[in-house]
Formats: sequence, structure tokens, C-alpha cells
Amino acid sequence: MNITEKILARASGKSTVSPGDVVFVSVDKVMIHDVSGPGVIAVFEKLKKAGMKIDHIWDPQKVWVTEDHFVPAADKVSAQNVVLLTNFTKQFGITKHFKYGMGQYGICHTLSHEEAMVLPGEVYVGGDSHTNTTGAMGAFAAGLGHTDVAYVLLNGKIWFKVPETLYFKINGTLPSHVMAKDLILKIIGDIGTDGAAYKTMQFGGSGISEMSVEERLTLTNMTTEAGAKSGIIEPDQKTRDYLAERGVTKYNEVHGDPDARYEKIFEYEASELEPTVAKPFSPENISVARDLSSVELDKAYIGSCTGAKLEDLRAVAKILKGRQVKIRTEVLPAAISIFKKAMDEGLLKIFMDAGVVVGPPTCGACCGAHMGVLAKDEVCVSTTNRNFPGRMGHVESKTYLASPLVAAASAVTGKITDPRDLK
Amino acid sequence: MKGSVIKYQKDNIDTDVILPGPYLKIHDYNELAKHAMEGLDKDFHKKVKPGDFIVAGKNFGCGSSREHAPIALSYSGIKAVLAISFARIFYRNAVDGAFLLPIEIDENAYSDISEGDLLEIDTKKNEIQNITKNKIYKIKPFPELIGKIIEAGGLFNYKP
Repeated sequence: MNITEKILARASGKSTVSPGDVVFVSVDKVMIHDVSGPGVIAVFEKLKKAGMKIDHIWDPQKVWVTEDHFVPAADKVSAQNVVLLTNFTKQFGITKHFKYGMGQYGICHTLSHEEAMVLPGEVYVGGDSHTNTTGAMGAFAAGLGHTDVAYVLLNGKIWFKVPETLYFKINGTLPSHVMAKDLILKIIGDIGTDGAAYKTMQFGGSGISEMSVEERLTLTNMTTEAGAKSGIIEPDQKTRDYLAERGVTKYNEVHGDPDARYEKIFEYEASELEPTVAKPFSPENISVARDLSSVELDKAYIGSCTGAKLEDLRAVAKILKGRQVKIRTEVLPAAISIFKKAMDEGLLKIFMDAGVVVGPPTCGACCGAHMGVLAKDEVCVSTTNRNFPGRMGHVESKTYLASPLVAAASAVTGKITDPRDLK
Repeated sequence: MKGSVIKYQKDNIDTDVILPGPYLKIHDYNELAKHAMEGLDKDFHKKVKPGDFIVAGKNFGCGSSREHAPIALSYSGIKAVLAISFARIFYRNAVDGAFLLPIEIDENAYSDISEGDLLEIDTKKNEIQNITKNKIYKIKPFPELIGKIIEAGGLFNYKP
């Protein structure tokens, strides 16, 4: 069995599972945020109306909660949702609630690794499609809707069809101008937005061994954009070191068997990769950055679970140091801990000297909700993960998805720019 | 189950157009319905009638995990979405929450069915009758567990 099959077999109490088997698995961790939380609460209310008595949940210790989509409160409804969520966590004894404005808080998928909320070998589900992100820690991580998460909160279990696994073998080290974002955009361009539908995307090979944990998280994050159920990377010494830095050393790693089966193996040579951009209106609509050098921009956005981790900010700072931005540019670190590290390293000063506005962690503009949405016909280069019509604002705005290096270089020139071409 | 068709000749209809991001803060199902399909078809709420079906291409419902998407369609009156394929979270949200039936159709049925056609879906016989065009299309039966959850009326009513 491969790593995903072994985790699902363990969690379903079976000695072996195969792709296509439908199993009820025990869940180790579950996450809700200020959108899916109120959604789950609405399901609870519906169940109570239908006569179900709900006075406790399955295990409050295994549940954690974030406020990220509509914070800082975008309006009265959003403010009320946070109150609703807070009352819910109090009522059911959930203590791991990362509250906006009270120390550590941030985007759920960032906190999942930054706070070591999810460990290798675990089954982790979240009320958000990019829950896949945390698979980079060697866990089975998949997104669910409100009804399913409500079911997990009450029963500690949920059904999954054991997925087929597509294995992406990356050979060699990524060139210095290429980031994990370029690689995953290239992969999505090759297989399409339904290329991994219902499947797991596993990444391995020397390119992954060489890659930092944060960069690996960018890969698994965007498996969602290929339709994948989950993305996963086998844990190694880098994973262990990352967790140890966060005070966690005890967990049960799972690794695939030597004869593990994969539906298909794709190979990529890292040295052949180039800065890559997804044009509107789909993450699969890719082009090399150099072919888009005539695209004029209104805004550069560096934010989200995909593109505002510490290393993303370091990449942006490398470009912006001693330069000025030509278009409005926003940097929103993905968690307060990252914001603070960026401050301690002097990155925020570099951003502000370049003329950039630095904002608090939020999903806001990435999902077109608030905190800097796009006007009609505006064009944005963004380190986020989706560029469907209306994703970041007006339905006739345009988003080009790019790496932090490309987004920063483009901020300097006002056009889509390969970082190698920056003077 | 009988209904008439609203057709979108389009693949990859994503959750950002089915129910745009700014409305994610809303959890009143009837309120969500007012914004269904707003990113793709501003007139959707004017043309949709209770019991209607949506017909679309590949990978319907791709993108976010927002259950708002099937909820908004369901509370607009949509009883089933007929598509060549579905994105996984939309599919399980539709089934587990008992909001609407996600029915996989083949390329032939997809190209044959027109806007406004009156269809009758029979999930026992696994076929769709196009009453307007006097044709029958075969549909893929639901996987065993999915069929049982649908029959039970959603995941919470299903006893494993």
C-alpha cells in the first residue's frame, strides 16, 4: 500500500484497503473557520429542529477553530458570525480557537503547519477546500462541506472512497528563480483542473527531498486546483525538524511500502522549469511568465495560504529590496507568527520602503470577500490559488496566478515579469 | 422526478460563479438562493422554477468546499444537476446534505438535451426520459453507498 492507503486502512480498522473501497474512517483532527463554522452551526440547528438532541460533540480536544475569511470583520454580518463561532466553541468546550486580535491567529491552512496542529500519519479534515495543504506534513488531509464536518463533530468518523494516487516525481533541484508555485502551476497546466479529480496527488523524488517544508506546502495546497481529494508528501528529516522547532516530536509516521501502487507516475526535471503564470480564468490556463511581459497590471497581491508563508515573504523581499513598486501592492502575511518573524528579519521595512502596504492575515481579497477586492477590468498578479471569474472581486476583473518572485518582480515593473529580467 | 432544463454549455462551472465569495458570510438558505449562479448568469433567479434541472459539462462545482453552492441551487428550486462529471466536494455536499441529485450523464445526452426540455429522471431504472424530444438516455447508477445515503435522505439519516 502507498502512504494514503496505509493511513486510511489504519483509520478504518482494516489490514488493507484498495482504491475504490468505501470506508468510514476515524478522524484525528478537524478544523472549522468563520465561514464553515457558522455553516456547521446552521446544520446543527437544522438537526435540532428535526428532533436531534445535541448537547456535546465527539471530542473537543480534536477540534480547532480559526477566524480568517471575513476578519477583520468585513461588516455586521461577518462580525456576528465571529460571535456565533465564539459562542459555539464556548458551548462545546473547544479550547483551540485562534481569535483575531488575541496573539496568534491567521489563515487556517497556515496555522495547521505553523502551529503543528496536524501531525504525520493523521486523518485531518477541514471545512475548507484547501485543507489538502497539510498533506505536505505526511497526513491524509481533505476538505469537506458543512454537513460532513457536522457529522464528524458528532460522530468522529466520515466516509471516504479510497483514492487512486498519482505520483509526481521531481528530479533535481529547482533553479533559484523557480519556486514550488511554478512547479504546481506547470503540473495543473499539464493535467488540467480535473486531472486529479477524486484522486490523491503524491509528490516525491530528489526535488522534493531538497525542497523546504514551506515550499512543499505550496504544492499540496494547489492539488485542490487539479480537483484532487488530497495531496501528500512522505515525512522525512525536514518534516521532523520543522515539527521539532514547534516542540512536537511524538507522532506515528506512515510511509508507503516498497511495492506501493500508483495509478500513474509523472516525472519532471526541476532544471527545465520556468517561472510560470496561470492566466484568467483558470489555474490550468498557464504560460511561461516571459510570454506575458506585455500584460499591464493594476495590482500585485502577496497573500493567502498559498503565497504568504515566511519563505514567500523572503522571496518577495529579495526582489523589492532597494526597489520601488510601480503598481499598488499588498503584502498580507498568512499568520501573525509569520508577520512577527518578517518584522524581526527586517522584511516589513523592505516592503514599506518599496511603497507596499502591509496588512493583517486574512483570506479576504483572495476570495473576493473584502480587504482590497478588484474593480471591473482591473488586472492583478497574485500569489493566491484561484482565478475563476469574480474570484478576487468584480466578475470582469482578471487575476494572473504567479509565484512570490514573479509577483514581486511584476510589482516593480507594472507588467508581468520574469524575475530574471528585472534590471 | 420531472422537471425542465436550464442548460449551460460549459465545463468547469466553479463554486465562485455558483455562489460568489462575498456571500459566504450568509447562512440563511433562502437568502443564499437569491445569489445562485450570479457569477455566470445574472438572470438565473428570474428563469428558475421549482423542480428544474441544470445541465452542464465536465467538472461541475469545482473550486471551494462551500456547501453554500448546492444549498443556493437547492433553495432556488433545482432538484438535480446533470453533468458529465462533478468535482468531489460539490458531489458529496449535494448527496450528504440531501440538497439535490448529482447525476452523471454521457457526452451524447449532454449534447442532445436543450434548454427548456422536459425531462423525467428515474434513478431506479437509471434512465432519463426526454419528454420533449421523445428520447431515453442511460445514466450511470450511483455507487452503492451514495445510493443508500440518497435513499435515506442524507448522511445524518443513513445508518452505516
